[in-house]
Amino acid sequence: MTEKPYEDIPGTFVFDADRSREGYWLNQFCISLRLEKNRQAFRDDPEAHMSRFAMSEEQKQAVRDRDWNRLLELGGNIYYTSKLAAFDGIVFQDLAAMMSHMSRDDYRKMMVDGGRPIEGNRYKSEWEKK
Amino acid sequence: MARITAGIACSHVPAIGVAMDKGITDEPYWQPVFKGFEFSRKWNEENKPDVVFLVYNDHCTAFDSSIIPTFAIGCAAEFTPADEGFGPRPVPVVKGHQKLASHIAQSVILDEFDLTIMNEMEVDHGLTVPLSVMYGDRKPGDDWGTLVIPLAVNVVQYPAPTANRCYNLGKAIRRAIDSYPEDLNVHIYGTGGMSHQLQSERAGLINAEWDQNFMDMLVNEPDKARQIDHIEFLRETGSEGIEMVMWLVMRGALDEKVTEVHRHYHVPASNTAVGHLILENHG
Repeated sequence: MTEKPYEDIPGTFVFDADRSREGYWLNQFCISLRLEKNRQAFRDDPEAHMSRFAMSEEQKQAVRDRDWNRLLELGGNIYYTSKLAAFDGIVFQDLAAMMSHMSRDDYRKMMVDGGRPIEGNRYKSEWEKK
Repeated sequence: MARITAGIACSHVPAIGVAMDKGITDEPYWQPVFKGFEFSRKWNEENKPDVVFLVYNDHCTAFDSSIIPTFAIGCAAEFTPADEGFGPRPVPVVKGHQKLASHIAQSVILDEFDLTIMNEMEVDHGLTVPLSVMYGDRKPGDDWGTLVIPLAVNVVQYPAPTANRCYNLGKAIRRAIDSYPEDLNVHIYGTGGMSHQLQSERAGLINAEWDQNFMDMLVNEPDKARQIDHIEFLRETGSEGIEMVMWLVMRGALDEKVTEVHRHYHVPASNTAVGHLILENHG
């Protein structure tokens, strides 16, 4: 197996070749929403549009649930899944707030105050202690 | 002879483009971001390049998951700003320098960097935001005021090329440009960064101390900067901070000693730390 030294970074899914393979159709579905004709098709019939992509049932359910972290866990990449969020009218920063379980205002304030600090956020072991 | 006279590092946060397109750069949130670009625009006006060699990454616009080239050089006559889901940015079409681009492709590939050649390519905010930063407001019918050769680097799917590989590619690009017979003033841009994580529960990560050290190192000790490994970028600067490998391509194309004429750093623009450098090359 390829060594993955990044697996111990907390709250992070590194989009590597394994995730890319698993998430291929999910990501291709998401990126289809870059174009208006596909957004219209998804608006008209979400299931029919999703069925054009060979996603797993779990991936389709995560799309239906708009479970943003689950989408990443199932191989989605943020640049792709954010197209689904944009389809819903969610701006990027609010998506970031949702993924980190914060309110929009708290997240914005955190960013204005200098962002999420690196201290205590380097290793999974630091999060387990919390 | 063509000469690289400057290297420019610049974040390409999409929200910077949106702020310009909406005309809200004077708002208190944006004012400190754009204040740091005032010098840059004046400097750029006084040091106009003929060609910008622009290292950036595509955000699943020209390349979705089906094709992921590590390095792709744009050899087309022009590059249209893409619709990223909100309509194309209202900025000019980007014009290429086809003869120089082909020359660089040929030289760099024989120098053992196996570039993908793009004869048709749309470009996204990764490329147009740094141009907007340096050239100010330009409308769709306008001219950018420079020709551009894009080099797209994969930083979306791990692994991105290493910092060292990027630095060495910069050296090969330098050799290619130095050997082009026409007198051309060339600037090279390294874009993306600085620390930021856009995904999952650690979203919003910023590491300002690391960013400032990186800028110092990039300017004064590039041989150290090129040894930064991927795990350090990911852990210390967030999953999207790895974009900073693209700054190494720019740095590799400059002399060992350069003059830093401008530095700007601000947190935040949306979810990202904005970093910007102008380095004069004496070659």
